[in-house]
Parts: sequence; structure tokens; C-alpha cells
Amino acid sequence: MDIFIQQIINGLVLGSIYALVALGYTMVYGIMGLINFAHGEVVMIGAMVALSVVKALAASGLPVFAVILIALAAAALVCMAIGFSVERIAYRPLRRAHKLAPLITAIGISIILQHTAMLVWGRNYHAFPPILPASAHEIFGATITSLQVAIVLIAGLMMAGLMVLINHTRFGRAMRATSENPQIAQLMGVDINKIISATFVIGSALAAVAGLMVSANYSIAHYYMGFMLGLKAFTAAVLGGIGNIAGAVLGGILLGLIEALGAGYIGDLTGGFLGSHYQDIFAFFVLIGVLIFRPSGLIGERVSERA
Amino acid sequence: MLEVTGLRVAYGGIQAVRGINFHVNQGEMVALIGANGAGKTSTLKALARLLNAAGGSVRYCGKEILNLPPHQLVSAGIALVPEGRGVFPRMSIVENLQMGAYSRRDNDGIEADKEHVFSLFPRLKERAFQLAGTLSGGEQQMLAIGRALMSRPKLLLLDEPSMGLAPLMVQKIFEVICAVAKEGMTVLLIEQNAKLALEVSQRGYVMESGEITLTGESGALLEDPKVRAAYLGE
Ligand SMILES: Nc1ncnc2c1ncn2[C@@H]1O[C@H](COP(=O)(O)OP(=O)(O)OP(=O)(O)O)[C@@H](O)[C@H]1O
Ligand SMILES: [Mg+2]
Repeated sequence: MDIFIQQIINGLVLGSIYALVALGYTMVYGIMGLINFAHGEVVMIGAMVALSVVKALAASGLPVFAVILIALAAAALVCMAIGFSVERIAYRPLRRAHKLAPLITAIGISIILQHTAMLVWGRNYHAFPPILPASAHEIFGATITSLQVAIVLIAGLMMAGLMVLINHTRFGRAMRATSENPQIAQLMGVDINKIISATFVIGSALAAVAGLMVSANYSIAHYYMGFMLGLKAFTAAVLGGIGNIAGAVLGGILLGLIEALGAGYIGDLTGGFLGSHYQDIFAFFVLIGVLIFRPSGLIGERVSERA
Repeated sequence: MLEVTGLRVAYGGIQAVRGINFHVNQGEMVALIGANGAGKTSTLKALARLLNAAGGSVRYCGKEILNLPPHQLVSAGIALVPEGRGVFPRMSIVENLQMGAYSRRDNDGIEADKEHVFSLFPRLKERAFQLAGTLSGGEQQMLAIGRALMSRPKLLLLDEPSMGLAPLMVQKIFEVICAVAKEGMTVLLIEQNAKLALEVSQRGYVMESGEITLTGESGALLEDPKVRAAYLGE
């Protein structure tokens, strides 16, 4: 088996998931200059809800496709409601406050979401029911499962859809206008509160999809998973250039690849001293490196003048 | 059409506008002139609901607008060309114009008005897909005016359209403003360039340290010795 190709495949899958989550961070940052640190927990809730629905319906005799679709719809609805409420409760009242204030409420919301999840689902790891067909395909000496193919395709489609929405629709123009200059956007008749709410809701829907993907791909979910995943996706957003949509996609995929390749070779590189379970360190090397050498991220283009 | 009474604007403890009264009649072009820091922009921002007035009332077509949320002004028929132009730098000219028409849904009308703006400002047409942030100051001013026209306003508020522009560009911009006014648009023009503003308008108000100190026919103000001394450098 070819480790290199295999890790590229794993990296693409992981990277697609990071990218979906990173988009949530970057859209919110782009529109209100705020880092929604509770976003990782929204992914976790999405994963938990989806997994619970799949569990409940696993023996119902419904076709697998329908089960997944229902789970996804349920997760998306719950996450969208949470995203909407988080903005209303934790951020909107603080829009004119010091930048640190919403950061603190974000941490507060994270803790609340995590502990609510702990109360609802307990501290244990939950296994994703094995309802998905375990078909694997050989490709260049590596294997890729149908699930992995589906993850990459669906993530790609969602990102393409988001790009079209943002760049080619009336709503997307209003979103960009709000991010460039909210006051002027209002003068044009844009209700910026609605646009901001919609941004949170869209980001949360992407988070729900990502949550289902993570739990299905790793066959596991638990109440604490949002923390690390959120940090990684945030890193991906910073790597691409926070506030930049294409940057979040690029940063997500790159980070996934870096992690997967790092995990694949870290044993060889350190003479067996560090094993693949150290893969998490790569994200943080990347974050520190970006912050030191290129704080504006890879696609940090900004027409800076607010003429 | 526009009736401002006792309007006050304060920033913290600083009173920028101290209870001013003025009005603009339907179809009129009215100039509001004054030196730097007189409170002109503050007045306009309060009218456009970009900041909360500390007191007073602004009636537009008989209705109080100081309690409207800012995004509803444009559908009421008020458009502002802000100080410093305020174009969206990372959007193209066409997208900026589309944003101007955000409150409208009649796609055919929007398309026609876009062509109308292009006919007023051919420079914009040549650069239709260029990012607004890369335009020159004069081109940005054209875009800001064009964008405001895209909402088909009844009342156009202009904040120092001549600021920072070369004389030839100022002339070009004012030709368009006058043409638009001739077609029946009601215009409130704020300017530091008092001579120019009084030459194109019918009536004028002079603002000093947050208060209106002088008003009258623009022609008469141009002849007024105090105005000549303070604003026309004589
Ligand atoms: N955001 C603000 N915070 C505090 N003070 C402000 C603010 N904006 C304006 N001011 C003050 O209010 C007063 C009036 O300012 P304003 O911008 O309305 O003047 P202006 O007549 O438009 O001047 P200019 O011709 O230079 O544009 C000034 O003294 C200014 O310093
Ligand atoms: Mg001003």
C-alpha cells in the first residue's frame, strides 16, 4: 500500500471537513470582524444530533440514504437554530462593545453548549451505527471508501454553491456590501441585522454537514469533539486568510493534507520517537508559523482603502 | 418636502449641531455651506439615520423619519452620497450600481437606469467591471452619485461632492448634478466650496459651529458681504 497516496486521500477528506467548518469562521469574521469561537461546538452538536437520529432510525428499515438525509436535516435545523440564537444572545447586544467582550461571551457559549451536550448525551463516546456500505475502491495502490468519496464530493458541491451564492446573487452582494461597509450598506436599503443572522445560519448549516461527516468518517462522536475540531478549522481559516471565502477552502484542504502527511511520516521523521497520534501538533505549528510569517494568510489580498 | 426643526447632534459631551431649522421644497436645490467642522456632515448623517439625533424632528413628506431604521430611508425615496464617496472598494462598478438599486425589484427598470447612469458618466461604462477601489477619486465620486440615482430617489443628499477633485472633474460632476436637478430631483447640497454651491442652488443656508447663521436666496447670499468675507476669500 502506498502511504503517500493514502495520506493524500485521507488529507483531502479531512481537509474538506475542515474547509466546511472554516467557512463558518471566515464568513462571520468577514461580516462583523468577530471570531465566533463557539462555532466548533455547533459542529459537535451537529455530529451528536445526526448520530442520535441515525441510531434511532438504524433499525427502522428505512433505506440508508433516507436515514442519512433525515439525520442531516435534523442536525442542520438544530444547528441553524443555535447559530441564530448565539448571534442574538451573545453577539448582537455587544456590537458596539470592546472587541474583547464578544470573545468572552463566545467562550461562555462554548462552555454552555459543551455542557448541555454532556447532559444530553453523557460523557461517553458514541459509536456511529455501521449502516453505511463499507465498499472500498483501489486507486494508485491506496484505498478510498465510498463514504470518503461522498464526503469530498458533497463538501465540494456545498462550497461551490456557497461561492455562487456570495458572488452572483443579490443576497451575496448584500453580504459583501455589509462586510465592506455596514453603514453604507444600510443606506442602500440592506437590513444588516438580517444579513448577519443569515450569515450565522448558513455557517451553522455547513457546520451540521461537517458534523455528520466527521462522526460518520471516524465512526465516533462525543461532547468534547468540538473543541479541537474548532481550533483546527480556525487555524485553517487563518492559514487561508481569515475573512476570505476562497482562503477558508484552500486553508482547510491544505491543513488536512499537512496533518495527514505529517501523521503518515512523523514516525519515520522522529525515528519512531513520536507516533501518528501526535498529528494534532501540525495544526498548531501551522497556526504559529502563519501568525509569525504571514498573519494575513495565504490569500491575504485586501484592497485596504475604505474610500 | 423636507422640514428640519430643532435638530441637535452630540458626540458624547460635544454638541456638533445645536438645534437647527431648515427646509427643502419639492424640486428645489438647496445648499448648506460652512467651514470645516461646522456640523454639515453631522446634520446629514442624522437625516440619513446613520447616527441618532440628540433632539429635534425631521419630517419628510409630512412623516417623521428620525424613528425609522436606516435601511428604510431609501425605499422612502431618500438617497445619500456620503462624504468621502463610500463606494464598496472590492466590488465592481456594476455591482456598486446594483447595490444602489438594492431596494428595487423591477429588473428591467434597474437595467435601464444603469444605462442611464452610464450615459451620464461614460467613464463608468468603460470601466464597468473594474473594482471600485481602484478608481480615481473623481471616478469614485461619479460612481457614488450614479449609485444613489439607481434607487430612483425623490430627495438626493450630497455631502461635498467636490471634495479633493480637480477643477475639471468638479465641473463635470456639477454638470450632472444640475442636469439631474433640472429633471425635477430635489437636492440638498452640502459644500465647502461656497461659490460653486451658491451658483447652482436656489436657496442657501450658512452653518457655523453647529448653528445656522444666515439664510436666503443663493444669489443674495453670493452678494452678502459676510459671506464674501468668510467663504469667498474677499
Ligand atoms: N465621530 C465623532 N466623534 C466626535 N466628534 C465628532 C465626530 N464626528 C464629528 N465630530 C465633531 O463634530 C463637529 C462637526 O463635524 P462635521 O463632520 O459634522 O463637520 P463638517 O461641517 O462636515 O466639516 P467638514 O467640512 O470638514 O466635512 C466637529 O467639531 C467634529 O470634530
Ligand atoms: Mg463634512
